[in-house]
Amino acid sequence: MLAATAGATTVAMLAAACGNGGNGAEPGSDDADLAGQTVSVMATWGGEEQDSFLAMVAPWEERTGATVEFTSTRDITAQITAGIASGQLPDLAGPPGPAQVHEWFEAGAVQPLDFLDLEAYKASTPGGFAELGMVDGDTLAGVFIRAAVKGLTFYNTGVWEGEPTTLDDLNEIAAGIGVEHTWCVAMESGAASGWAGTDWIENILLRQSGPEVYDAWAAGELEWTSPEVREAFEFFRDEILADAYGGGNWVVNTNFGRVGGPIFADPPGCLLAQQGSFITDFFQNEEGATTDEISFFAFPDLNDEFTGALTGGGDLITMFNDTPAARSLLEWLISAEAQQIWVERGGFLAANTDIPLDAYPDEVNRRAAEILNTVEIFRFDASDMMPAGVQDAFHRGMVTFAQDPGSLDSVLDSIEAARQDAAS
Amino acid sequence: MLAELLNNRILLGLIVVIGVPAAICGYVMLVERVLRGLRPRTAVKIRPWLWVLPAIAFLTVFLVYPTIATIWRSLFDRRGESFVGLENYIWFFTNSENLTAIRNNALWAIVLPALVVGLGLLIAVFADRVKYEVAVRSIIFLPMAISAVAAGVIWRLMYDFNPRVGTINAAITGLGGDARPLLSEQPWNNLLLIVVGMWMMTGLAVVVLGSGLKSIPVELLEAARIDGASEWRVFRSVIYPLLKPTIAVVMTTVLIFALKTFDVVFVMTNGNFGTEVMANLMYRQLFQFTQEGRAATVAVLLFLATVPLMALQIRRFKQQEEMR
Repeated sequence: MLAATAGATTVAMLAAACGNGGNGAEPGSDDADLAGQTVSVMATWGGEEQDSFLAMVAPWEERTGATVEFTSTRDITAQITAGIASGQLPDLAGPPGPAQVHEWFEAGAVQPLDFLDLEAYKASTPGGFAELGMVDGDTLAGVFIRAAVKGLTFYNTGVWEGEPTTLDDLNEIAAGIGVEHTWCVAMESGAASGWAGTDWIENILLRQSGPEVYDAWAAGELEWTSPEVREAFEFFRDEILADAYGGGNWVVNTNFGRVGGPIFADPPGCLLAQQGSFITDFFQNEEGATTDEISFFAFPDLNDEFTGALTGGGDLITMFNDTPAARSLLEWLISAEAQQIWVERGGFLAANTDIPLDAYPDEVNRRAAEILNTVEIFRFDASDMMPAGVQDAFHRGMVTFAQDPGSLDSVLDSIEAARQDAAS
Repeated sequence: MLAELLNNRILLGLIVVIGVPAAICGYVMLVERVLRGLRPRTAVKIRPWLWVLPAIAFLTVFLVYPTIATIWRSLFDRRGESFVGLENYIWFFTNSENLTAIRNNALWAIVLPALVVGLGLLIAVFADRVKYEVAVRSIIFLPMAISAVAAGVIWRLMYDFNPRVGTINAAITGLGGDARPLLSEQPWNNLLLIVVGMWMMTGLAVVVLGSGLKSIPVELLEAARIDGASEWRVFRSVIYPLLKPTIAVVMTTVLIFALKTFDVVFVMTNGNFGTEVMANLMYRQLFQFTQEGRAATVAVLLFLATVPLMALQIRRFKQQEEMR
């Protein structure tokens, strides 16, 4: 009898194990009737950003009756890689950059987004953004919902005055204020430590050598040991690192969000920091700076041939599971109405350019939005476009370089080796 | 919807917790029923194999097959499509970052067991003579209950460069020194990471060695003391030789931990500043770069590094069995 019970339990156990696994939407249901369905979204936003995203999708949830299951993870590349192998993928995901979208599309996991109105999307995003989300020439695989302007030079309005247009002017103003170090650079960021340094190099290279060289470099066609790249690194070493607060140790050990510490301290430890428009959130939360204490100017041009150049980035969304609910959510996310919700919460620069400028609660983001709409030479963050192996080598290279500026040759060699390896 | 999911899991949990032992009992009874029908001599011969069959099947599927598959995969390229032979192994040994990882793993393998066993032995011997021994052992054992990632986060904050955050630097600046960039300063950062491993594992050494100490016959110690031996002599000539097997067990366990260390390095430095280890390398190759062939290669090499230890363990186990 015991054996029989045991046998029955075994069968039941197997049945339960095999039966478990149904999740979410049954495709084929009415487009308007999404009630009770779920869309799983995975992205790197956590804490405040997560709250803002959930606020952004709340109206959609109310309207359709569906729910959004949000998972926040800093390690999204690893999760999705494992997911592609196991077949367990979220419906929508926010990859770190266009390069990942390409890789995941090659692996056959990303669904094309041809249900979206491409022309409308193109018309309402800054120039060049739409193409970045395309793979295989003209298949739309990722759409931007958030943008960032990088290479902005931030300062404390209580300490710094003036918007220099040349490097000499900048150094003059700095000398006039008399703080020991002009620049603050902070590169620590867990597994991605060094990205703040890569932003610096990209900005310098774009201004020194122009958009064509930049494009070749980002596409992996330019050697890292070539003179243009070397020039950018040397500029960073001689003009910025040499005058950086705390020296190499502070630079590589301090988290990027805390770069404003010495700027807003009393007395200030440094005057300027170059970062993306999203850093204002950190200035406010980490250092307690108020919005009227924070302002920025564009980094001076370095070459008269290439003026008005700017680097930037953005957050895109891709789709892994083509369900009606996921489609509906994606359409909502790229709309101006949705993005305006996050805009009004602050600390967010929308990718949709139809949002009125006065919706931005703070000066910094409003000016950034303005710049985004009117910039002449705009380039997406190069390291985000490089293959994962090269990007990682670049990040680590910046950390090594900041700690030991004399290691320029070996750093460039190692990144070049990674580039050749990725190209093979 | 959430309730449905929870219910499913609870049901599944119950079924597994009750079902798995029931299934095993059921299987054994089934085997007995079958064996009863055979001749006694055959039954005696086959019985051990049939009893062990589920375990062997489980091990084959989840241990043997993946090992062989990994070794096989290491001979292919990044997507596992074309055969490249030993190219991945050549890549491994010609890349300086990988060699740093080997060096660091060797460092971990030598320093960590030495520290853990040394400190563990010291604490075990001293705690043995004290009334509040249980309290001491509990406190030292506590870190073992923490996951390695949590330990990494805790110590990352302890080592922070900012004296207002990092305890160690607060102490240093409090005593009048300058804050040290502990995690980025080579070569000390490796040792500091090993200290974290030591913090985690010493509890194990103290508890195991403590029990080993208690199993030493008191008469031997008394006899040695009556004969006029100093405490140090008692330790060196009586305690230590009798504890050797236990020390060997602890040392092997910690050595294996040192070879597969990942969480501590990943959380604290992610391999920057010359702290890379093999497990972290493997993780990056697979999950960040999707280089399946190379990740498999690192896994195979790590496996080969532990094979001598396994052989040692098995030999010691056989010796113990023979002594019985």
